[in-house]
Amino acid sequence: MKRYFHHELEDLRKNIILMGERTIDSVRLAVQALLAEDIPTAGQVIALDDEIDRLEVIIDAECVRYITLRGPVASDVRLITVAMKASHELERSGDEATSIAKRARKLAEGGKVDDYCHIPRMADLALELLRDAMDAFITEDVEKALLIPRRDKEIDDLNRDNYVRLTDRISGNSNLTRPSIELIFISKSLERVADHAASIAEEVVYLLRGEDVRHSPEFKRSAM
Amino acid sequence: MSASEPSGVETPHSIVTKKPEVAASSGAVPAAGPEEIAFDIRGLNIYYGAHHAIKDVTLQIPARSVTAIIGPSGCGKSTMLRSLNRMHELTPGARHTGTILMKNQDLYAPGVDPTLVRRRVGMVFQKSNPFPTLTIAENVLVGLRLNGVRDKIFLGRRLEESLRMAALWEEVKEHLHRPGTSLSGGQQQRLCIARAIANRPEILLMDEPCSALDPIATGKVEELIHELRREYTIVIVTHNMQQAARVSDRTAFMYMGKLVEFGGTEQIFMNPKDPQTEAYVSGRFG
Amino acid sequence: MSLAYDRYRKIKSTFMSALSVLCAFVVVLPLGLVLYYLLYKGIGSVNWAFFTQLPAPEGESGGGMGNAILGSLELMGLALLFGMPIGLLGGVYLSEYGSERINFWIRFGADVLNGVPSIVWGMVAYELAVMPHTLLGFIHIGGGFSAYAGGLALGFIMIPLVLRTTEEVLVLVPAAFREAGLALGIPRWKITVFIVLRTAIKGLVTGVLLALGRIAGETAPLMFTAFGNLQWSHGLNQPIAALPLQIFSYAISPYDEWHRQAWAGALVLIFIVFCLSLSVRFLSRERK
Repeated sequence: MKRYFHHELEDLRKNIILMGERTIDSVRLAVQALLAEDIPTAGQVIALDDEIDRLEVIIDAECVRYITLRGPVASDVRLITVAMKASHELERSGDEATSIAKRARKLAEGGKVDDYCHIPRMADLALELLRDAMDAFITEDVEKALLIPRRDKEIDDLNRDNYVRLTDRISGNSNLTRPSIELIFISKSLERVADHAASIAEEVVYLLRGEDVRHSPEFKRSAM
Repeated sequence: MSASEPSGVETPHSIVTKKPEVAASSGAVPAAGPEEIAFDIRGLNIYYGAHHAIKDVTLQIPARSVTAIIGPSGCGKSTMLRSLNRMHELTPGARHTGTILMKNQDLYAPGVDPTLVRRRVGMVFQKSNPFPTLTIAENVLVGLRLNGVRDKIFLGRRLEESLRMAALWEEVKEHLHRPGTSLSGGQQQRLCIARAIANRPEILLMDEPCSALDPIATGKVEELIHELRREYTIVIVTHNMQQAARVSDRTAFMYMGKLVEFGGTEQIFMNPKDPQTEAYVSGRFG
Repeated sequence: MSLAYDRYRKIKSTFMSALSVLCAFVVVLPLGLVLYYLLYKGIGSVNWAFFTQLPAPEGESGGGMGNAILGSLELMGLALLFGMPIGLLGGVYLSEYGSERINFWIRFGADVLNGVPSIVWGMVAYELAVMPHTLLGFIHIGGGFSAYAGGLALGFIMIPLVLRTTEEVLVLVPAAFREAGLALGIPRWKITVFIVLRTAIKGLVTGVLLALGRIAGETAPLMFTAFGNLQWSHGLNQPIAALPLQIFSYAISPYDEWHRQAWAGALVLIFIVFCLSLSVRFLSRERK
C-alpha cells in the first residue's frame, strides 16, 4: 500500500540525482576552464557551487524531517542516511571543482601552461567514477558500485606521479614554481573528487545491500 | 572529455523541492489570521465532581486540517476531545467553566441543544461500534434516518458517497444488506467513519481510532484522514506519537489536564519549545 | 510425585465423577417419572373432541376441555396486554433513566412483589375488578367474575417478572451503542427505542415468554376472579374457564371420566409450558 508520504522519498531521490548532475557539470566545466584557459567558464563554476550548496541544505533538511515525522525503517532509512552522506560528498566535490576553477583563472591570467601532466587523464577518470557512482545509485546496480572503489587506485597513482614531476619541474626552473604549485593543488583536488565518488559508491552498496563496505580490505582503494 | 549523461535515465533539470528553510514543508506553523478557526477554546476548565480534569486550556483549532492531541494516559486528552461535542456531559458530575466557540458560536450557551451540536460535530470511537441489528447500509444511514430524513434517492446517494469517502465502497457494495458486524475490525472502523460522515458534520472528532487495528488497517484509516482533511476539520486523540507525526498538521501536547505546548507538528517533533514536550516525544517521560 | 499418589488421585477423581453423574440422575429421574406418568395417564383421553368440545354433563362420558383451553389462552393474552407494557416500560426506566436511589427502591419493590403469593394477587384483583365500584358517580366497573379480573390478577404476577428481566437484558446492551447513537445527534428516546430495545429484542421476548410460562399454570388467583365456566364464554366480562381451574374441579370430582380428562388437561397444560420453554431456548441460541 502506497502511503501519501512515500512520494517524499521519491522527491528526495530526484534531488540527489539533480545534485549529482550539477556536481558532475561543475567538475567538468572546471577542468574545461583550466585546459582552455577559459575565464568565463570558471566564473560559471563558481556560480554553480551556490546551487550545489543549496541542494545540500534542502536534502539534509528533508532527511531530518522524514526521519522525525515518518519513522522510516529498512531500505527507507538506509536511503535517508545515504542521502545525507552523499549530499555531503557531492557538496565537497563541488567545492573541489570551485577550487579548480579559481586556480584555473589564476593560471589563465598568469600565462600559458605548457604541460598539464596527468591532469586531463585524471579528470576523465574522476568524472567517469562520479558518473558511474551516480549511475549505480539511479539504476540500483550494486555490481557496478562494487567495482568503483578499486578504480580509485589509478587516480591516486597518477596524482603521486604528478607530484614527483611537478616538484622536479620546480627544482629545474624556479620561475615555474607558482604555476606548478597550482597544478599540484589541482591534481590533489581531482584525486579528492575521485575519493568522494568512491565514498558515494560505498554508500550505494550500503543502500542496496545493507552492508557497510567502507574501510574493508576487499575494497581497499590504495595505500597512501 | 565527454559530457555524457548517466546511462539511460532522465535527470531533472530543475529543483524539485521547496524553499531551503527547514520549516517550509506542510507541517510548518501557519501564520495566524486569515485562516478559519474551527474551535476557539478560552480558559476551559472541566470538573468531574471534585476531580479537576482540564485546567485552564486556551487553544485555537484551525479548520480544514488535522489537529492531534497527544499526552500520557490520564492527561485529559479524551476529556478535551469530548468537550468539543458536549459528550463529556454524559458523565455524572461533569461541569465546566470557560467558553468554547465553534465557528464563532458558543457551544455551551443556554438553550443550545447538545443533540444539534452533535450533528455538526461527529465522533468516531476507539472501539468500533456498528449496530449489530442493522445492516451495513442501515448503519451508515442511521443518523439521517432517525433524524427524520426520508427521501430514498437522497439517502442512496449519501450512502454511496459516505462509503466511498471512507474507502469502503468497493469492498462492501455487493453486501450492503449484511449485518454491520459481519465485517473485519478495520472495516468496521471505516464503517463507523462512514456513519459519522454521512451526517455531513463540519468537524470530525476521533478518539484513538486506530488503537484496536492492525498496521494495515491503521494505514488505511490514516490515508482516509489524509483525504478527508481537505473538506473536514479533524481532531484526533492518539497515544501513538508516530501516528500524530504522520497524520496531523498541528499537535497539542497535554499533561495532567494542562496544555503544555501547541504548534505545528513539525516544530513539536523536531524542535519542541517546552522541555516537557521534548521529554515526552523522545520517550523519556515517566 | 510418587506413583501411589497418582493412583490415589485418579481413584478420587473417578469416584467424584461417578457421584456427580449419580446426583444428576437423581435430579432428572423424578422429572422423567412425572412426565411418563402424565403421558401414561392422560394420552388416552387426548383427542380431537378434547380440544373442541365442552364438558359433558356430570357423570356422562365424552366431551372435552375446549372452553378451558381457549380460556387459558384468552387469560394469558389479557395478562400480556396488562402486564407487558408496564413491566417493559418499568424495565426501560430502570435501565436507561432513573437515578441510583430511585432505582434501588424500585428493584427492591419488584423483588418483594415477585415473592408475593399468587393468591394475594387474586384477592387484589377481586377487590378491584369483581367487587362493584362506581367511579365519578356514573362509571360502573366490576360486579362479577370475569376474564378481565382473571387477566388482571395474572397481569399483576407478570409485572415484576417482566420488569426485572427487561432491566437485566437492557443493561447488557453495551454502553458503546448508546454513545454511538448520541454522537450522531440522535435524540435520547429514539436511541432507547430504535437502538437499545432493538438490540435487546430477543432477550425481551424471552423474558415475556418466561413470565407467560409462569402464569400458565396459576390456579389460586383465578378461582375467584375468572371463576371458571362450563360453557363457552360470551364476553370478556363473563366468567371464563381455564385449564388449571378445570383440572382442579375434575380432579376433586367423583367421576372417573372426569379424572381421566383431568389427566389429559394436565398433559395439555404441560405441553403449553413446554412449547413456551422451547421457544425461549430457540430464541436464546447462539448464532454462528
